[in-house]
Amino acid sequence: MSYRFRDLLALEPLSAAEISFLLDQSKPFQEIQRHPLKKLATLRGKTVALAFFENSTRTRISFNTAASRLGADAMNLQAEASSLKKGETLLDTAFNLNAMKPDCLVMRHFSSGAADYVARHLDIPVVNAGDGTHEHPSQGLLDALTIRDRKGTITNLNVTILGDLSHSRVARSNIHLLGKFGCRFTLCGPAMWVPRELEQIAPGTPIRSVYKIEEALEDADVIIMLRVQTERQHEPSISANDYIHGYQLNAERLKRAKPDALVLHPGPMNRGIEITPDVADGPQSCVLEQVTNGVAVRMAILYLLVVGEQGTHPARPEPAAHNRRATDRAPEENASVEPVPQKRNS
Amino acid sequence: MLLIKNGRVLDPASKTDRELDLLLDGGLVQELRARGEFGSPGAARIFDAAGMIVAPGFIDLHAHLREPGQESSETILTGTRSAARGGFTAVCCMPNTKPVHDNASITRFIVDKAGTVGATRVWPIGAASVGSQGEAIAEIAAMKEAGIVAVSDDGKPIATARLARQVMDYCRSLDLPVIEHSEDVSLAAGAVMREGVTSTRLGLRGMPAAAESVCVSRDVQLAELTGARLHIAHLSAKASLDQVRWAKERGLRVTCEVTPHHFTLTDEDVTYDSRFKMNPPLASREDREALIAGLADGAVDVIATDHAPHEPALKEVEFDRAPFGILGFETAISLTLDELVATGRISLSRMVELFTTGPARVLGIERSLAAGQPADVTVFSTSHPWTYNVNDSPSRSRNSPFDGRTFRGAPMATIVAGNVVYQRQP
Repeated sequence: MSYRFRDLLALEPLSAAEISFLLDQSKPFQEIQRHPLKKLATLRGKTVALAFFENSTRTRISFNTAASRLGADAMNLQAEASSLKKGETLLDTAFNLNAMKPDCLVMRHFSSGAADYVARHLDIPVVNAGDGTHEHPSQGLLDALTIRDRKGTITNLNVTILGDLSHSRVARSNIHLLGKFGCRFTLCGPAMWVPRELEQIAPGTPIRSVYKIEEALEDADVIIMLRVQTERQHEPSISANDYIHGYQLNAERLKRAKPDALVLHPGPMNRGIEITPDVADGPQSCVLEQVTNGVAVRMAILYLLVVGEQGTHPARPEPAAHNRRATDRAPEENASVEPVPQKRNS
Repeated sequence: MLLIKNGRVLDPASKTDRELDLLLDGGLVQELRARGEFGSPGAARIFDAAGMIVAPGFIDLHAHLREPGQESSETILTGTRSAARGGFTAVCCMPNTKPVHDNASITRFIVDKAGTVGATRVWPIGAASVGSQGEAIAEIAAMKEAGIVAVSDDGKPIATARLARQVMDYCRSLDLPVIEHSEDVSLAAGAVMREGVTSTRLGLRGMPAAAESVCVSRDVQLAELTGARLHIAHLSAKASLDQVRWAKERGLRVTCEVTPHHFTLTDEDVTYDSRFKMNPPLASREDREALIAGLADGAVDVIATDHAPHEPALKEVEFDRAPFGILGFETAISLTLDELVATGRISLSRMVELFTTGPARVLGIERSLAAGQPADVTVFSTSHPWTYNVNDSPSRSRNSPFDGRTFRGAPMATIVAGNVVYQRQP
């Protein structure tokens, strides 16, 4: 198995086998997160451009950390200070970044399809770090990795997603990914946040919409919370009190799910709004594991897109050499991959 | 003097569908005779239309020529050349220019410019309200004096029901049609395509069909209240067509048009490519089916292009930042032949009606090839194979989703006032 695309723009077009491959590739990088010395030299001399046109804290830091732990340099475009405000088009901004010769572009943008649009015009791999209300593929992958670690599988689970689904790229990526593994979805929130059309976005995946949280949690294996943005302008919204009353995940409601149900949240959480602190910090919560896994998944993504499969996996030395010291060594010595020409699959 | 020989004359107004030769002179249709009966009139230029349809000049009731003000996207010169290439002999241009065409000076500018450089006739449509701002009625009588054929605030609806009512009342007294871009702007706010599974999957904000039909409902009720001539532009939704059917059953003077892209494509065709972005947006499969039924049974009166050029610098951006609109002139006839005639959904003569007597009736004029009528003729083929390459277009813009599409059937010659303004090279 391999990853056949030049870019990572969405999870929808990937097969289950390709997703499993990406998750498997993340495993060795998860181990690296536990080591005292975390920096590899795999991508030494490579540059990863990070262009975030929309505010982001953890995704940006996560990609930046992933790049630096691989030994790459990160080039940061500050959206606020960028030329966009001076009228430059997205494409011109991308061409200018590309002219500084990065090996990969990670971008977040408030327009759905923006990464797809830029990728069509660039000759380097593009990673979508969230585009509008479309997809957030690395979040979908890190959620799946987290679930797989805890449950041992991502197959045939009952997944409940709670909150503002209509504007959620996280929900779309989760549905596309887990749907390919036979998971069944229950979407829940006030009706204007749960458009019925979502039930049909992944043909073949059973998706139902319900409007009562008690019903939504019944028999759930995984509960994915979405951030509630009651501050959103010009959008259908409900009052925070109504949301708490109707949809807040608290310990009492959580009892309706399976006893070993997991609670995930892509962050940032509104404690006391969509989730109570005891649930957020409880044994079923995976919130911080998600963040740790995010770095590993993003290392795998950058590694695969920048180096491809020509190299040996940097964090998976030859079986005989597999001992703690292999990765405990001084990081710069750990380089096992020579720079190779980039694979072009499109 | 021009003699069009060996063609099949299809003239719905006189219910003619025969092999006839047609003699044009002095800007008028002089005479029709059975094939070969003219002999060889010495002075006449001859156009051999063997195997082709000879029809009254096609009228495009809805186009944007962008002049004055947005000449980098289109001009009267380039737009009418593109229209001629598409088989149109007359183009009605919408008033959302910069500045908005809301006064007689601009009417005169357009009329004069078209008279000088226009390849086709240009019949301007004036704004209904000052600046199309929806606050005060524009100087409609003065614009009519200068040559407008209708009013519209196209690009948006007349802002309030109260003003729409006043405009309709006023235009009834002036005997001008009111063309409405019917859209509830609050329901459509921020939307970039039709709401549905595709918009949900792509994460693009959608507007429901009701964004159109709610306003069509308002407008047809105001047409009943005022007795005005109301024409619904680029109708895209089944629910809107149901409102028009209701109006027609009540005998109201309500008409509507459908664009080739709405009877060809649906929202399922939309990708993150701004060439699929227009307003109203591509609708559902069910809507498309209803539009085709309406084109066939007469509920729809007109096929109009809504030719909306945007220069690449404007259109080549993220989907949600791109302006609405696509080119339309050069693919209209071929799409109609492909999607409606070749599939057996409408007859060839119905097609000609939709491009000639249909729009003429909206404008309150005649359109036929009878002797004494203007020598405006559209000659087209139902079998000529060709591939649309947008880079060949005289238009200044390139925003067509049909670039690269291969067709059977094409406009072959466009004749305005007896002059051949376009002839397809074999």
